[in-house]
Amino acid sequence: MSATFLGMPGNFPENASEAVQNSQLRYNLRKATSTIRGKRAGVVAELPDWQDLRAAGKAIKDHTLRNLDRYLVMMEEAVTRAGGTVHWARDAAEANRIVTGLVQATGEREVVKVKSMATQEIGLNEALAEHGIEAYETDLAELIVQLGDDFPSHILVPAIHRNRSEIREIFLDKMPKVPENLTDDPSALAEAARLHLRERFLRSKVAISGANFMVAETGTLVVLESEGNGRMCLTLPETLISVVGIEKLLPAWRDLEVFLQLLPRSSTGERMNPYTSMWTGAVEGQAFHLVLLDNGRTDVLADEVGRQALRCIRCSACLNVCPVYERAGGHAYGSVYPGPIGAILTPQLRGMSSELDASLPFASSLCGACYDVCPVAIDIPEVLVDLRSKAPHPAAERAGMKVAGWILNDHVRLAQAQRLAGRLRGLVPKRLPGPASAWTDTRDLPEIPAESFRDWWERGGRDDRA
Amino acid sequence: MTARDEILARIGRAVAGAPDVEIPRGYRTTQQAGDLVELFAERVGDYRAIVHVIPEADVPGRIDELAGSRRMIVPDGFDRAGGWADLGTADGVITGCAVAIAETGTIVLDHGPGQGTRAQTLVPDRHLCVVRAGQIVAGVPEAVARLDPSRPLTWISGPSATSDIELNRVEGVHGPRTLEVIIST
Amino acid sequence: MRVALFITCVNDTLFPGTGKAVVSLLRRLGCDVDFPAAQTCCGQMHVNTGYRQEGVRLARHFTEVFAGYDAVVSPSGSCAAMVREQYPKLAGPGSRGAAAIAAVAPKVYELSEFLVDVLKTDDVGAYFPHRVTYHPTCHSLRGLRLGDRPARLLRNVRGLELVPLSGEEECCGFGGTFAVKNPAVSAAMGADKTRNILDTGAEVICAADNSCLMHIGGTLSRQRTGVRTMHLAEILASTEEAQ
Repeated sequence: MSATFLGMPGNFPENASEAVQNSQLRYNLRKATSTIRGKRAGVVAELPDWQDLRAAGKAIKDHTLRNLDRYLVMMEEAVTRAGGTVHWARDAAEANRIVTGLVQATGEREVVKVKSMATQEIGLNEALAEHGIEAYETDLAELIVQLGDDFPSHILVPAIHRNRSEIREIFLDKMPKVPENLTDDPSALAEAARLHLRERFLRSKVAISGANFMVAETGTLVVLESEGNGRMCLTLPETLISVVGIEKLLPAWRDLEVFLQLLPRSSTGERMNPYTSMWTGAVEGQAFHLVLLDNGRTDVLADEVGRQALRCIRCSACLNVCPVYERAGGHAYGSVYPGPIGAILTPQLRGMSSELDASLPFASSLCGACYDVCPVAIDIPEVLVDLRSKAPHPAAERAGMKVAGWILNDHVRLAQAQRLAGRLRGLVPKRLPGPASAWTDTRDLPEIPAESFRDWWERGGRDDRA
Repeated sequence: MTARDEILARIGRAVAGAPDVEIPRGYRTTQQAGDLVELFAERVGDYRAIVHVIPEADVPGRIDELAGSRRMIVPDGFDRAGGWADLGTADGVITGCAVAIAETGTIVLDHGPGQGTRAQTLVPDRHLCVVRAGQIVAGVPEAVARLDPSRPLTWISGPSATSDIELNRVEGVHGPRTLEVIIST
Repeated sequence: MRVALFITCVNDTLFPGTGKAVVSLLRRLGCDVDFPAAQTCCGQMHVNTGYRQEGVRLARHFTEVFAGYDAVVSPSGSCAAMVREQYPKLAGPGSRGAAAIAAVAPKVYELSEFLVDVLKTDDVGAYFPHRVTYHPTCHSLRGLRLGDRPARLLRNVRGLELVPLSGEEECCGFGGTFAVKNPAVSAAMGADKTRNILDTGAEVICAADNSCLMHIGGTLSRQRTGVRTMHLAEILASTEEAQ
């Protein structure tokens, strides 16, 4: 059973300060993210119309969100027409209740799962466990996290913080019937996972998935994956339950032509992922249930600046390019959504009442690399800055900012402050006390000049006499 | 109030007054058709699938050769006699496809005649797929336009693979570990 | 040509040498430089730390001070980006503030933009016989999209050897108050940036933003690396006579 993030204590800076000192983590993340950054850049550069696709992707999502109520009803009708059953869940508890009830109705005590952010977000595995139902993750990285009783740290590759030798250790320790001579060769590890799960795929009667896209016009669900575990889960069991966030909708079948280009290239850095499954309603005799999940999404939708986060297609390109994520790792964000997108999504979905969630909008240097790579052009820095203005601020910082604002709002006051600083410049210690030590712990201070620029200008710089 | 009504009402309130947007579709929807067979073969090959480009007349012989003594499932509607039936013990499956995409090296099955069920193309460890040159389109938009959304669709780009270990792609996890593509010209 | 210098509060207070270099460079190129004395700060620190109200006040002050100039030149990519990219988001659409911003913002140029796009020169006749590497800084690179303008200017400096910086596009870890709110990650990013700088064997690390250079330089200095930081303006202002 993998651990859950809900109610995690601490804050981002503290979590990150531990992570940056973890040499193994730093090495693993640097290696993995630099690999994927290179691959993404290569396949994106191949398409001459990438920016056109990006503009279309952004607009399709915005249009969908603007008309979400209409398209959800259309989706419901199409799925129902095709023999599926649609359920609506206001929040995590309601979604978990619905899914638990559906599994219980089959009489099964085990389910297989396709990697799904939505079900992680609502803590579905834990909710099922409370009712004696065991959920088996089948995606390799999810399996690594689940076997290792660990937290996911990346949207696409939840076990990105683990390297091959750590994965081998987890398999040897926790995987029944694993070959004793298992090496840390990735293909050997993949083979071990194949053998471990094959039996389970063939005998499982119930599967739970999410979806990358839902098409309102046709009622089609779309799942992109690599390993084939998704196809196994979506195809073989008698009952399929898909839990999907309401923002995953696309209006028309045709819109897939945009997103099936944007997502794989942004995500795994491939021209196309190995497998994509599309199905409409109940297929080949299978029972199909779709659970439409709100869980805070409509609150995000109500925020004019923040609602663009709902365009997200969970590709994780922003994580892979983020210098903060690369050094802090995913766990520091205390959420199933780490990295830049997590820093804007989590505080909007969960609010900022906990110390951790309130610290997330500040977990960025606003370098803008995330916005550049985002396939649906979410202006993450813009949303971060907006959330910062809504976040609670420490009292001392508030006071300091007020004073700074007062000084900076008038050039006479500013000049006086500069002169004071110039006079006291000999007295500034190499290591500052209190919160300012955060600067001088690792950096020297610049030397304070005797004369500010404006005083030099007044003294004669204006006429080239100084 | 039902969850459905409440969610729909929340959405209505959330987007009230928000402007709608036009969707700019300046991206390529049809492409200059270069040599699609060559591009498709190259791109499928990039995924470490095995590719054969042969004249149509040689296809049956090549299938026999490649199948050899393996227990291959031959789905209904595929033009070949005989074939193994049992999913659990089959070594492989032979299918056609609905459409193929050159730019991405993708095969799409709609599981119609000759393409087998979803399980038949998934459980066996080897997938031998015959693509007719005329089925190859240039890019993703052309493929989406050709497909029927009411059918179950499986898009296949190379053999089963994972990037979950250090974000490096390795082939062969749960789906067929060998993908062999015959392009019939 | 009459141009207003927007010095920025950081340069005014801590790096007056950069301002002097801009003045001397622009005068050498025939510009008449004015320094509107009422100028203070663009408000970026306040806005980006979540103090929008104070930031808006400073933005209003900025638009008043610099209204009416043909060109406003700033030796800071970050502050120029603040005015051009972020100001328009601060005022309500159709408001008076929005009109004032729309009038001023397009006339604000980062130094290298002004030289290359307005003065149409990428050779300012400078002389600087040193091995230099250049860090593009995030807001210059991804905000203003300065592209190769700074590099073109540097390549035309006599005697200067420009060496490529690996990972140049990655943030140095400054990020304004990020540097003190997330000191561990900021320092880790700074450490990686300085390692890349040291790998170049350069004597000087140059950038178009002294705030980033303050962080990079503070780290280089703490590590006693003997590599110094220099603002782009200071290199471009150097001439043979001055050496």
